[in-house]
Amino acid sequence: MGLFEAILFSVMTAATPLVLAAIGELVVERSGVLNLGVEGMMIMGAVVAFAGAQLSGSAFVGVLCGLLAGAAFSLLFGFLTLTLVANQVATGLALTILGLGLSGMIGERFIGLPGVRLPVLNVPGLSDVPIVGRVLFGQDLLFYLSIALVVGVAWFLFRTRAGLKLRAIGDNHGSAHALGVPVIRTRYLAVLFGGACAGLAGAHLSLVYTPQWVENMSAGRGWIALALVVFASWRPWRLLAGAYLFGAVSIGQLHAQALGIGIPSQFMSMLPYLATILVLVLISMDRRLTLINRPASLAQPFVPER
Amino acid sequence: MKKTILALAATASMFAMAAPAQAQMGQVKACFIYVGPIGDFGWSYQHDQGRLYVEEQLGDKVETAYLESVPEGADAERAIERFARSGCNIIFTTSFGYMDATNAVAERYPDIKFEHATGYKREHPNVATYDSRFYQGRYIIGQIAAEMSETGSAGYIGSFPIPEVVQGINAFLLGAQSINPDFELKIVWVNSWFDPGREADAARALIDQGVDILTQHTDSTGPMQVAAERGIYAFGQASDMAEFGPETQLTSIVDDWGPYYLERIQAVLDGTWEQTETWAGLAEGHVVMAEYANMPDEVKAQAEATEASIESGEFHPFTGPINKQDGSEWLADGAVAEDSELRSLNFYVEGVDDELPQ
Amino acid sequence: MRIELEKRPERSKLFSILSPFIALGLTLIAGAILFLSLGKNPVEALFFFFIDPLLYGWSLHELAVKAAPLILIAVGLSVCFRSNNWNIGAEGQFVMGAVAGSVIPVVFHEWQSLLVLPLMMISAMLGGAAYAAIPALLKARLNTNEILSSLMLVYVAQLFLDWLVRGPWRNPEGFNFPETRNFNASAILPEIVDGGRAHFGLVFAIIAALLTWFMMRHTLKGFEIAVLGQSQRAGRFAGFSAARMVIFAFLFSGALAGLAGISEVSGAIGQLRPVISPGYGFTAIIVAFLGRLNPLGIVAAGLVLALTYLGGEAAQISIGVSDKVARLFQGALLFFVLACDTLIHYRIRIRRPAAAGSAIADARPQAETN
Repeated sequence: MGLFEAILFSVMTAATPLVLAAIGELVVERSGVLNLGVEGMMIMGAVVAFAGAQLSGSAFVGVLCGLLAGAAFSLLFGFLTLTLVANQVATGLALTILGLGLSGMIGERFIGLPGVRLPVLNVPGLSDVPIVGRVLFGQDLLFYLSIALVVGVAWFLFRTRAGLKLRAIGDNHGSAHALGVPVIRTRYLAVLFGGACAGLAGAHLSLVYTPQWVENMSAGRGWIALALVVFASWRPWRLLAGAYLFGAVSIGQLHAQALGIGIPSQFMSMLPYLATILVLVLISMDRRLTLINRPASLAQPFVPER
Repeated sequence: MKKTILALAATASMFAMAAPAQAQMGQVKACFIYVGPIGDFGWSYQHDQGRLYVEEQLGDKVETAYLESVPEGADAERAIERFARSGCNIIFTTSFGYMDATNAVAERYPDIKFEHATGYKREHPNVATYDSRFYQGRYIIGQIAAEMSETGSAGYIGSFPIPEVVQGINAFLLGAQSINPDFELKIVWVNSWFDPGREADAARALIDQGVDILTQHTDSTGPMQVAAERGIYAFGQASDMAEFGPETQLTSIVDDWGPYYLERIQAVLDGTWEQTETWAGLAEGHVVMAEYANMPDEVKAQAEATEASIESGEFHPFTGPINKQDGSEWLADGAVAEDSELRSLNFYVEGVDDELPQ
Repeated sequence: MRIELEKRPERSKLFSILSPFIALGLTLIAGAILFLSLGKNPVEALFFFFIDPLLYGWSLHELAVKAAPLILIAVGLSVCFRSNNWNIGAEGQFVMGAVAGSVIPVVFHEWQSLLVLPLMMISAMLGGAAYAAIPALLKARLNTNEILSSLMLVYVAQLFLDWLVRGPWRNPEGFNFPETRNFNASAILPEIVDGGRAHFGLVFAIIAALLTWFMMRHTLKGFEIAVLGQSQRAGRFAGFSAARMVIFAFLFSGALAGLAGISEVSGAIGQLRPVISPGYGFTAIIVAFLGRLNPLGIVAAGLVLALTYLGGEAAQISIGVSDKVARLFQGALLFFVLACDTLIHYRIRIRRPAAAGSAIADARPQAETN
């Protein structure tokens, strides 16, 4: 593997959990719900995926467990914010606290055990193509899934009737409700989807990125995923670009350090964050684009009037 | 209402036992404060293993308690104070950032013994400090790296540039240079003690840059797994990480706090505890090399010989001639670095290709 | 069976007082089940969580130390959130405020004077406000979303502090360990009363809460914040500028976060070190909403949240539950409090399936709920 190819591969690995978690949150926010508990759902996904893989011996079972754990955990958020219209921002943060605690309890007996790695699935014929072959076609299930989800969500949101309805709810839940669109039910489904995706992101951490379980292993990636949704102005393709940009700068600064450039490492570590702000500033100069895409009902409480 | 208050007061007196300042006959309560979760399988995990070792060794004679994930800063003093008030006879505060808080609480509780890890302040007679000479192990693994590397370069994943880490980098390179004078070290700082993902990213970056041996001064097993995946060798840190890379780990520098904790708690039991400044290493068993594995017999024999000579005190890794990074002389031929100088080490030796923040 | 909500014509006074107690009751029940399942005595566990920290003078002091930064930051955030500005970077403003406030005690460490403390406080507020001005200006001028910029700037601030205390500001007598000099006596925020650590940070917090409460209730500015927060259009008709409000809200909350930062550093820590906050800036977001964005409510919420931290530690030591359990319990408490606040604005109806079918959607466009 050449250096360039190797770097690309690392970037993909670093970006995949961000893509997975962010694409779920994008759908949630498009439906007008702000779930700040991504970090909590992610860490739950990570520990349950690890436990599932460990107990069953199969990483695929682990992935499924992670997905279900994330979804189940998001249901708690859904019940509070959708059924009981509790404040979304605070509930999301509380979900993160809860997730960090609960995952630690579940994971206690799995500390210090090497995990089961999710196997690489080569796409026959394509994985041998020079440079991009391995990077795009010699990856694991979760990588393919992350791309498929971005494509699927883009198609769903902008090409299907159900996607249109979901966006309509996010833009104005009052009118959508008046037109007979089931606001609460749609939002429940969106929240569940978001939870499942965050769970998959967690599974990526504990089955691919570093196949092991340690407490707090998500180390703030849920927050980055949240920021990426905003970065993408709620558009799936831009989200993919944002995640890879973030991954590329994070990996790039490590390479720059290994080459021995004399800049304090703290400043190098700042680069991914600064780069994301800078690029967002540039793309949000076009005022119309951002305003059109931001779901107007985001984080607003909704109760159907009768 | 009055009834409730009375009931509460009664419950309070039931649970809130007055803190016994003196160890009861033949019984001691030892308390530990950790900076990370005990599930980190690194720094805090190893300290907790030490606590469990003491429990196992002393049985009924000791009662232990711990607080994990106590942030450095304002929370530390509260946590230590709480321990002091809950009847602990000896309190171990296991992170550098607890230094001032430990001394502040110690002043208020002269009858309780305080043990602070990795610090230098002992402002009161009831405060002792302890640390380990991890650099001794680093010298050995530097030698092994130079023997095992085909490219003549190793990757070093650093956490933060504090004296302990700088000692480690220097000792590693000196060890390597003793075998291969042109040995190269590539250093990546991840600005974290514990972030498995980022440590793994750093490991990948270093391997992609052409190193074929990895060593880390961060706490997670992330780099070990990456090394195993990519089929290169690596050294573990803090705990024995062989399970994470059975064919990868050459050895690991293991922190073994058990013997020290046992000795100190026993001293409280015996009434012989005194203020000390402990900086122990291989000889005392505070630093332990995990099994030398995945290497030819002669490399193993050499590593064992170096270990033995450091252990016996015959050889000190920082023995001159050693030049500083800029080529100026640090230690003349045969001179040995003073402990005080090592503990505040803030420069690299010749051959390191990195810059320390000044 | 399904749960349905019915909006009350106006907020219920009764339930705005009662709901925290209902939440507490539910938490006690859930907590009892949790501790029983772990094989712990639930009465004992709950006692240590909620009562024990309140029984001793020293722990009341500690409660004040823990609550002060949370309240200060949350009060500032309430103005942001009320005016619809999503500042989630208070953690960064806290750090930068602490850095700016520490210039005098670190760089001019020999200067002892009564002027030192006031100058530190002022420069910390300026520092926090200046750092908050970045996302504010980006939003007001260039339309950059403040959620992303304020969050990303948190990481930048933390790394900047890390670099400072390891590099230029490192204590020359500190054996090259990453910390600045200890502040001299005139740069230490005094304790309120002798015999405990509670410092003037709590006083600042309470003054800030009172002043903010007054501003929101009785001044034109407060009205402007409320109007622009409800609807930007309505605000424009009233002649208020949304762009200027963005700047005001961020500067206000940044200044308070900065003040919290320097109070923590000079009152509780005594020097700068690589990490000075266990996430106060994020926890304060919860505090702001638990306090229903009302400055006086925030004082109560900050104290309650601080209590759960102290109680968590007491329970860990006294009955040997782990820190994970403490956090789980804290999360559960927050959930119940948030859920019960629903009762203030809504009636809860539980309907049987047959009845649910008859609830046909009303065709009237829905008024903006808030």
